Amino acid sequence: MDRHFDHDLKALEKKILGMGALCESMIQKTVKALVERDSALTEEVFTMETEANRLHMDIDDTVVKLLALHQPMAVDLRFLTAALKVNTDLERIADMAVNAGQTGYYHLFKEPPVPQLDWVTRMAEVAQKMLRESLDAYARRDVQLAQKVLLEDEEEDRLKAKALTDLISLIRTDPPRSEAFVELILLSKNMERIGDHATNIAEDVVYMVLGKDIRHGHSAIDPQTS
Amino acid sequence: MVETLNVSPDVLAGAAVKARVQDLSFYYGTHRVLKNITLSVAEKKVTALIGPSGCGKTTLLRCFNRMHDLYPGNRYDGGGIRLLPENTNILGADVDPIEVRMRISMVFQKANPFPKTVFENVAYGLRVRGDLKKSDINERVEQALRGAALWDEVKDRLHSLGANLSGGQQQRLCIARALVTDPEIILFDEPTSALDPIATGKVEELVAELKTRVTILIVTHNMQQAARVSDFTGFMYIGELAEFDRTEKIFTNPSNKLTEDYITGRFG
Repeated sequence: MDRHFDHDLKALEKKILGMGALCESMIQKTVKALVERDSALTEEVFTMETEANRLHMDIDDTVVKLLALHQPMAVDLRFLTAALKVNTDLERIADMAVNAGQTGYYHLFKEPPVPQLDWVTRMAEVAQKMLRESLDAYARRDVQLAQKVLLEDEEEDRLKAKALTDLISLIRTDPPRSEAFVELILLSKNMERIGDHATNIAEDVVYMVLGKDIRHGHSAIDPQTS
Repeated sequence: MVETLNVSPDVLAGAAVKARVQDLSFYYGTHRVLKNITLSVAEKKVTALIGPSGCGKTTLLRCFNRMHDLYPGNRYDGGGIRLLPENTNILGADVDPIEVRMRISMVFQKANPFPKTVFENVAYGLRVRGDLKKSDINERVEQALRGAALWDEVKDRLHSLGANLSGGQQQRLCIARALVTDPEIILFDEPTSALDPIATGKVEELVAELKTRVTILIVTHNMQQAARVSDFTGFMYIGELAEFDRTEKIFTNPSNKLTEDYITGRFG
């Protein structure tokens, strides 16, 4: 039976996926702007944050109304609590994209180009992929895809560790440009945090589908049944 | 037949068992309305029975105090209901239904005070037993009214008619009447379906308070109420127990698709 409530839930899901697509686009633009030293593109990302903030509040408001009016149970309850958490992670991702944009806009663009920015592009690619897959997993209730995202976070951590080693080495060999390299260290942290938020979304998907809390090292597989 | 019986092996972990329903079937004439129900009721906990209309939840509840004996053609079948610790089958032909009802009281959907005073409504069960002095009866009535959170509201009108109380007070009067015989189990059959939210809240608070002393079995159509007041929940469907588990499990992540569809309002 198709309930009226199902239409409300579907509309909410559409909003969340819209918010996710916006965040994905913000990451893509912010990194392109960094690599191409494009201030106008960065300003576009700053503008997009306003829409992300509006959606963040709108989605929270919708969830609270649905909780109050429908007093949902079981899978509906898990869907709505997951929606609140996914929404928070998406808003943080939008903030990270803005932070990354600010690194270029206020610091790097004023200085000579920094060599070896390949890792930034690579980290952004992995973060975007994780975000896209976690949202696909959310839309399709796909636990396997969510678990794949969790594994991909290791790649992001590895890239960040490598970037840190390289940047510290650059600080040592080229001290006058230390400020730019420190900004890049902060940038790598931003990219890694985007991956962490995508991981959170993937964990919420597992909870939403299976009712199992796999955060903090807990497995989706019940030891009693395995 | 319902898909599968989902009972987690550790569902009653840590709780003593007060009653055990064993492979119980029940017939209204030739119509079999309960099919091989097996269920353990935890002592001094609240167990809720939920399910769509006609699923057999009230029929199961009524088995617990032999209400069905009052009508001809009704028949129990199977392993019965064993009351622990003595392991008596309360459905046994040799067991006096009046004795069962002294130990297992019932509160009904609609408040049904006797056409008597507030005091006599509560004292009635003790008078049926007939072995108490007047002073003892006075004391027990006061205790029961206090236990039902009604004493302060009726202590000055104990001798006016019970029917003159408000709906919520009448239901608590019936709870006091159920409490006065010091029962081991109280059965609640949709006890708040005719009450407003304030009176409902009072009865639910009372249920939470009572479970420190007595085992409670409650039938309710109100999912939120089952979630609020009970420790364990059984979902019944077409005469079978489709799922039984801790209440928080049932309402956040039920194992049976039928339970999920019912509590999320997809049928029922």
